[in-house]
Amino acid sequence: MADSVEKRKGYRKIVTSEGKVFYTKDPGFLAYMMRHKGLYLMLLPGLIYFIMFRYVPMGGLVIAFKNYSPFQGIWGSPWVGLDNFKQFFSNQDFLILLRNTLGISLLQLVFYFPAPIILALLLNEIRHSWYKRTVQTFIYIPHFVSWVIVASLSYQLFNTNDGLINMLIQAIGGSSVPILTSGKYFWGLIVGQDIWKETGYGTIIYLAALAGVDQEMYEAARVDGAGRWQMMWNITLPAIKGTVIIMLILRVGSILNTGYEQIFLMRNDLNVAFAEVFDTFIYTRGIQNAQYSFSTAAGMFKSIVGMIMVLGANWTAKKAGESGIY
Amino acid sequence: MAANTKALKTGSHGIKMSLGYRITDVIIYTLMGLVGIFTLLPFLYIAAGSFATDRELTERAFFIIPRVWSLNAYKYAINNGNILLGLKNSVILTFFGTIVNMFLSTTFAYPLSKKHFRGRNFVLNMVIVTMLFSGGMIPTFMVLRAYGLYDSYAALILIGAISPFNMIIIKNFFQELPLELEEAAYIDGASEIKTFITIVLPLSKPVLASISLFYAVGYWNDYFNAMIYLSSADKYTVQIMLRNIVLKASAITDVMMDYYDSNGAPPDKAVKMATTVIATVPILVVYPFVQKFFTKGVMVGAVKG
Repeated sequence: MADSVEKRKGYRKIVTSEGKVFYTKDPGFLAYMMRHKGLYLMLLPGLIYFIMFRYVPMGGLVIAFKNYSPFQGIWGSPWVGLDNFKQFFSNQDFLILLRNTLGISLLQLVFYFPAPIILALLLNEIRHSWYKRTVQTFIYIPHFVSWVIVASLSYQLFNTNDGLINMLIQAIGGSSVPILTSGKYFWGLIVGQDIWKETGYGTIIYLAALAGVDQEMYEAARVDGAGRWQMMWNITLPAIKGTVIIMLILRVGSILNTGYEQIFLMRNDLNVAFAEVFDTFIYTRGIQNAQYSFSTAAGMFKSIVGMIMVLGANWTAKKAGESGIY
Repeated sequence: MAANTKALKTGSHGIKMSLGYRITDVIIYTLMGLVGIFTLLPFLYIAAGSFATDRELTERAFFIIPRVWSLNAYKYAINNGNILLGLKNSVILTFFGTIVNMFLSTTFAYPLSKKHFRGRNFVLNMVIVTMLFSGGMIPTFMVLRAYGLYDSYAALILIGAISPFNMIIIKNFFQELPLELEEAAYIDGASEIKTFITIVLPLSKPVLASISLFYAVGYWNDYFNAMIYLSSADKYTVQIMLRNIVLKASAITDVMMDYYDSNGAPPDKAVKMATTVIATVPILVVYPFVQKFFTKGVMVGAVKG
């Protein structure tokens, strides 16, 4: 079997696992396919899956440019050009959606993004491995529970009537705070949930990068009289710089994805003014109100901006001399 | 680093630095301990409350050990809710979903792991496009409904049967396997499919375990897809059941301070807590395995990018 093959004018270069190189006449694609029909057979189910469940829905985006009605079907419905997009952008909700999405994303960037980096740096200072492992075991747990459980816990901790926090506030003579039912607490609630649920697990990727640091560098620095902070600044931080930049790219690239399962669960009639984001809006308009064309246009806007953000962030990282992700 | 600290203590300017070090150490160790406890506190509070009587819950704001132990909340939750049905449905969905995902992901990844495979780049690009761009919620919903999958577990399974990210992790793992064993099997006349099943899969147990757990936890925790695609109540998963019991219209009841369900019985605080515990326990039971393999899986993903 060949390790690697490249095409060369009717001949194929074959490098065997022993490193021998020889050329063989290219038998053509059909002959190749017949010889490796097992491989193509294995590829087939997945390929059908991607076409049926990933690419056909992409084709379904045409209804963003139509006025879809179930009776006329996708192809029979009349074309309306960019009307749905115009309607979406001129909708008074658009600015509210943008404000809420960007507000939550920026708060996440400022408070939630650095949290695992700081925690990983602190964990890295723990030298008793049993203690480190115990802390890690605890702080990874919330990552594995569902958002419904997080929402249930939040409800039982924060609700106005008999939630723990409000009971404690009342016990010391304060008046209860409508954490779950007032828009002004919503963004903080969401970012707080994110920090509680994902900070611990988020340290793994940074700890993996730190595990690769040569311990002799610390020893050498120590001999030269470097203190804890100098070592952190000059050895530890450079070691995780690449990882931090890649995670930042992913974060910035998904700035419009504010975790809709989470927001959907915490959103209610009383805080909706600060809780409606693109995904919850698309869900309400599309699936609950059956405004298919309008909500598809809204979703398409979000997908396109999201893609531009990811590619742009990736391009920036490459320009800055870091390896990108695509 | 422990050895270094020791060296410093006996070193020339060791004493002073070591004292500063030790103070910072105490602060860091304490802080990390508090972070660990703080993370667990909500679970402990709910678990304690679920075994307490309603009276104690109204009298005491916070406690980790109830004064009077009671199983009434669990009895009520199990007899009057559908949480057990939800658990059963979630087990079925998770089991079959994970099998389908693993079948599709591994068979798809294997040909793509062969560098000589013609069409490899085309198919890989096709996969990467779906990581960057998608049809989105509404077209996907309409297409799945048109396929006749509405209100079936097939919709929940097929909507994400191959995660491009997981598939690429598997592909990279296959690519790293030594080729000698596969070559030997070919020489013995085994077909590619047979080689895949008898040689490649057994060698790939670590990555298969990690990815299976990724998928299984995803199915178990999924709420949004289940909510969109399931309409009959007897198919609801545990997440939907939990949401309905603890949170449905919670904001409104919260404001009206009105806690009555359709039976007119007050669904007390302890019952909600007990239901939350019932829904959390399965994940905590598998957590030790999950932690081991997830950490490995993330490492594999991190190394390969």
